[in-house]
Amino acid sequence: MGLIARRLAQLVVVVILSTLFAFALLRLFPGDAADAVIPYGTAAQKAKFRADTGLDQPFFQQYATWLGNLAQGDFGKDYQSNTPVADKLQTALPVSLQLMLYAQIMALVVAIPLGVLTAYRAGTKSDRAINAGAFALLALPSFVLALALAYWVGVKWHPDIPLLGQVPVSGYEPGWLEAVFGAPTGDLGKHFATMLLPSVALAAGLVAVYMRLLRSDMIATLQENYITMARSKGLSDGHILWRHALRPSSLTLLTVAGLNFGTLVGGAVAVEVIFQIPGIGTLIYQAINARQLVELQSYIAIIAIGYVLINFVIDALYVVLDPRIRRARA
Amino acid sequence: MPAPDGDPMPDDPTRAEPTRADPMPGLVGEATRGRPIDAGTIEMAAVETGPEVRRLRKKGLGIAAWLSIGWIALVVGLAILAPVLPLDDPKASITDIARRGPFADAGSAPGHLLGGDFNGRDMLSRLIWGGRTTLLVATSAVIIGFVLGGILGLLGGYFRGKVDVVVSLLLDVFLAIPAVILALALVTILRTQPGTSGGGLDPEVALILALGLVSIPVLGRITRASTLSWSQREFVLAARAQGAKHRRILWREVLPNVLPAMMSIALLGIAVAIVSEGTLAILGASVETDTPTWGNMIAIGRINLQRAPHIVFEPALMIFFTVLALNMLGDVVRSKLDVREGAL
Repeated sequence: MGLIARRLAQLVVVVILSTLFAFALLRLFPGDAADAVIPYGTAAQKAKFRADTGLDQPFFQQYATWLGNLAQGDFGKDYQSNTPVADKLQTALPVSLQLMLYAQIMALVVAIPLGVLTAYRAGTKSDRAINAGAFALLALPSFVLALALAYWVGVKWHPDIPLLGQVPVSGYEPGWLEAVFGAPTGDLGKHFATMLLPSVALAAGLVAVYMRLLRSDMIATLQENYITMARSKGLSDGHILWRHALRPSSLTLLTVAGLNFGTLVGGAVAVEVIFQIPGIGTLIYQAINARQLVELQSYIAIIAIGYVLINFVIDALYVVLDPRIRRARA
Repeated sequence: MPAPDGDPMPDDPTRAEPTRADPMPGLVGEATRGRPIDAGTIEMAAVETGPEVRRLRKKGLGIAAWLSIGWIALVVGLAILAPVLPLDDPKASITDIARRGPFADAGSAPGHLLGGDFNGRDMLSRLIWGGRTTLLVATSAVIIGFVLGGILGLLGGYFRGKVDVVVSLLLDVFLAIPAVILALALVTILRTQPGTSGGGLDPEVALILALGLVSIPVLGRITRASTLSWSQREFVLAARAQGAKHRRILWREVLPNVLPAMMSIALLGIAVAIVSEGTLAILGASVETDTPTWGNMIAIGRINLQRAPHIVFEPALMIFFTVLALNMLGDVVRSKLDVREGAL
């Protein structure tokens, strides 16, 4: 398990450095952070803020205290409304996680069959048409698609088209993941309805990326000897494509799906704001506008840690997906 | 089952004819077989191509590539010429054209082909002036990423060992924070002066710096991967045997070969920066809302989406076509010069 151990060491280093980076970033803020976070506070309040956040201590001591607090689930607080960040995360984190999960599932569900199909039919008209479509999708930013969806569904189709016209274009209904975080859950039907357009807006660009990747890897796999072997045994095309070729072709796709988590978080911020979904993106947006630096650095740190963890899990998944890696280790 | 055509450029939708069986199929797939895969391996694979592939490549550019070049030339030309073109003041209101749609009946104020925004500011003029700012910001940002990321990547890929460990770690840490979030935080910090609501750096400079910093890791990684493979070539060894200094080898032997890969990623980087500007604008973190950029126009037009959708969709289309053209050109450069994007 040398691979996993090495990855784990790398993980720890990246987590420490990226949290240090998030921390230093907001300490770089010119002047006194107290003036920015509580601009209308009295001198005593500002002094208390500095003591609370450890701003009066040396840099690395501040960092150690902050990281220790973070590890214990103390993410600081929003000094404007005086709410602990942990409370906000409790409701917002499941919202964003569900949104990204739906977007990823949607993207994979559409991209995998398209990728397999275009690889199987490589060079034909349908392959070229689908590829051209994917290329166009790549150029469509999620916020543009979000606005287009909001306009067509919310304004153009609204009263006229029976089902689609009724899809909400703003607001949010809690779903199932809230239960895990101890936040109130809601009506699942409404939840999926409110999440439909934001997920589509986020998923569209991913479909193009995933499909193109799977297609090029699949074309390579289909040239392998064991595919010829399977074909000579008389196995059906469908069986070969789905059972023999898909799994070894999906490794790059998996890496990229993991790496895409970062892009997804970025895109989700704008999409959440456009559809008024109260997730992490909206929290970050509000924290920045209210100059809540303490809050902001917690969000950045959490996202960085989450991103690194996901990539670690994906590296570990390789061992499961590709027996050749397992054997190479043994 | 029909044998799928071995396809040297499986990503290229502009390719006219399917090529015959490829002697070296699946660049990414082949290079990563049986090895643990990480982004590094994929990037390595991205720059490893053989002469066989090059032979199969079609000469000349397709229609789509020419259209892309034409569009970019048009947009850049208009942006550069904006001050001398007979345009309305992009900030001046003309009451008669407020919320007027594109190609609408001229009425009392003729001209104004693309209509007006909700304040009656001429859309055509704003699109051109907005394009000027957007393109300036995006290009400047990518130049920062190109230079800094390029230096880091060259050093890491050429010297390897400890230097590479430091460079890779630095890029990994940068990549661990999603670009848009990082840019958002940077813009906020750079623009703000404590105790006041504004102050700090000029918003355009802040935006350029923020977008430039976030483009470093992507350009750094492709440069590193490309440098890594070129540095092991015979001519580098020959140069070293002749006693060339590191600086000379890096500058005269390695860099010219790495440059094409960097250029193709830089083109994509400009596209990404244009989109990021739009995303930041939606979040109120682009330049002042007063100054037209494509992103800002969308952000302020959003309020009137129902009554005057053209205020949002005209700049949205500009972004779409420009990003499409840049992606297309990036692909063309990549296919002409044997670079593959890999898992960037």
